[in-house]
Amino acid sequence: MKVQAIAVNTFREAVRDKVLYSLLFFAIALIGASVVLNRLAIGQQTKIITDLGLASISIFGTLIAAFVGIGLVSKEIERRTIFTIVSKPVSRGCFILGKYLGLVLTLAVEVAIMSACFLTMLAIYADDLVIPALWAIGLIFMELSVVTAVAIFFSSFSTAFLSGLFTMAVWLIGHFTPDLRVFGERSGTAMRWLTEFLYYALPNLRNFNIKEQVVHGIPVAAEFMALSVVYGLVYVSVLLVVATLVFERRDFV
Amino acid sequence: MVALKVENLVKDFKRSITLRKVRVVDGLNLEIRQGETFGFLGPNGAGKTTTLKLINGLLHPTSGSIRIFGQDHRNVAVKGRVGFLPENPYFYDYLTAEEFLDFYAQLFGIRRADRRVRVRRLLERVGLAARAAEPLRKFSKGMTQRLGMAQALINEPELVILDEPMSGLDPIGRRDVRNIIVELKREGRTVFFSSHLIPDVEMICDRVGILVSGRLSEQADLHQRLEMTSPASDLRVSGISEETFERLDALSIRTVVRGPEILAEVPGDGSVEKLIDLVRADGGRIISIVPKRESLESIFLREAAPECTESSELEVDRF
Repeated sequence: MKVQAIAVNTFREAVRDKVLYSLLFFAIALIGASVVLNRLAIGQQTKIITDLGLASISIFGTLIAAFVGIGLVSKEIERRTIFTIVSKPVSRGCFILGKYLGLVLTLAVEVAIMSACFLTMLAIYADDLVIPALWAIGLIFMELSVVTAVAIFFSSFSTAFLSGLFTMAVWLIGHFTPDLRVFGERSGTAMRWLTEFLYYALPNLRNFNIKEQVVHGIPVAAEFMALSVVYGLVYVSVLLVVATLVFERRDFV
Repeated sequence: MVALKVENLVKDFKRSITLRKVRVVDGLNLEIRQGETFGFLGPNGAGKTTTLKLINGLLHPTSGSIRIFGQDHRNVAVKGRVGFLPENPYFYDYLTAEEFLDFYAQLFGIRRADRRVRVRRLLERVGLAARAAEPLRKFSKGMTQRLGMAQALINEPELVILDEPMSGLDPIGRRDVRNIIVELKREGRTVFFSSHLIPDVEMICDRVGILVSGRLSEQADLHQRLEMTSPASDLRVSGISEETFERLDALSIRTVVRGPEILAEVPGDGSVEKLIDLVRADGGRIISIVPKRESLESIFLREAAPECTESSELEVDRF
C-alpha cells in the first residue's frame, strides 16, 4: 500500500508537470509529420511512418524517463519533501521502488498515447505492420524501463543535472556496447579489460531494438523477445537494489 | 515511562571541499518522559535540527543510540507512533491540502474510510477546512506550517517532534500552534519541540533542555528551575520614616524613590516578611508585593551566550 501510495503520488506529480506535455506534444507532432514526409518519399511511405513513429516513441520516451525521472527523486531531496517521507514508517527501498513504479506508470501512459497515434496512422497506410510494430513498442517500453532505473540509480546519490547527464551518456553508450567490445578486442590488454567491464556493466540497449526488422518486414524470434524482457527485468532489479543500498546510507542534511 | 532516550549521540559532518570533520552533536544525552512537553532550546548552529533529524532517521549517527518507546528509532513500527514536522517545511505544491494529507495517511497504512474522517478532522483542527481543495502552491507560509502540523498528527502519534513549529508565523499563527501543543499535552501525547522563541517555550513546556555546541548544558523541570533560581520580590511602599527607609535600604538589593513611593528589590531570603512587619509597625502602607522569577531567557543567555560566538563557526551548510 505504501509503495502504491508513493507510485500514485509520483504519477500525479508527473502528469501535473508541464514538461511532460511539451515532450508529448512534440512527439505527436513528429509522428503526424511523417504523413507529410510520406507524401514526399514515393515508394518509401510505410518505411517513413514506421521509422519516424518508432523513433519518436523511443527518443521522447527516453527524454521523459531521463529528465522527468531524475527530477522526481532529486527534487524530493532538494526541496526537502523527503524529510517527511523518510520520517514516516516507510523504508528507503520502498521509497525508491514507489518512485520507480510511478515513473514507469507515467511512461506507460505516455507510450500508450504516442502509440495510439502512431498505430492509427500505420493502420491506414500499412495495416500488416501493426502487430510487428506493437512488438517493437513493447521492447521500447522495456528499454525505457531500464533507462528509468538508470536515472533513479544516478539520482539516488547525485544532483539532478549530473544524473541527467550520466543517464543520457549510458543511453548513448548502451546502444553501442557490442561495438565497444569489438573495439576492445582490437586494443591492448588494459583497454580490453575496460571495454569488457563496460560491456557487462552497462545495459545493452540493442537487445530492445527491433525497429529495423519491423521496417523491413523481417520476423523476430519469440526467444529473442523473451530473453530481452528477462534481461531488462534482471537489469532493472539489480539497479534498484543498488540504488536502495546507496540511498540507505545517505544523509539528508 | 521514557518516550525518547538519547545516549552519547555523536554526529560528525565532513566539509565538502576541505573534508575537515566538524562535530555538530557531541555526546548528547537526553531523556523525554511520556506525556511531557519538552522544549529544546539552543543558539543557531547548536545542533538542534541535526539532533531532530538524527532522531527521525534522516541522518545516520556517527555513534550513540536513540531509543523511542524502548526500541531502536529506525524500527518501522516505532516510526508509526511518531509524528514529525521539519523546520521550514516544503510540501508537494501540486497537491491539494486534502490530497496531501490523504497521501501521508496512506504511508501509515490507514484505511480509506478512516483516512477521510481523519483528514477532515485535522483540517478543521488547524483551521484549513475551507481551503481543503486548494493546491498547496497557493498557501502562505503560515498555512503551510499549519498543514505541516496536520501531517505530523495524521497517525495520532504518541510522540510529536516539531522543529521550530512557530518560526516565521505571525502572533496569531504562533498562538494557534501553541494552543495545538497544549491540546496535544492534554490528550496525553508527548511533545518534543525545538524553538528559539523563548517566551513560547516558557509558556507551554514542562521541561527544557538547552543545547550548546552539540551538548546539553541544561535539562530541567522548567517551573522548579525558575522558582529555584529567582526567589526575589519587588516591594512598593509609602509613608515610612527615615529610619525605616534606612533599614529597608540595607535589606534590599536596590531601592528607588519615586515621589512618595519607594520601590525595593528584596532578596528571597526571608527579608520580605521582615520588611512587611517593619513597614506595618512604622504605620507605612504596602502598595504591592510582586514575586520576581528569573526568566527562561536570562537562563538561556547565561548558558548559551559564551558559546554563541563560537557556534557561528559550526553553521556548516544547513545544519
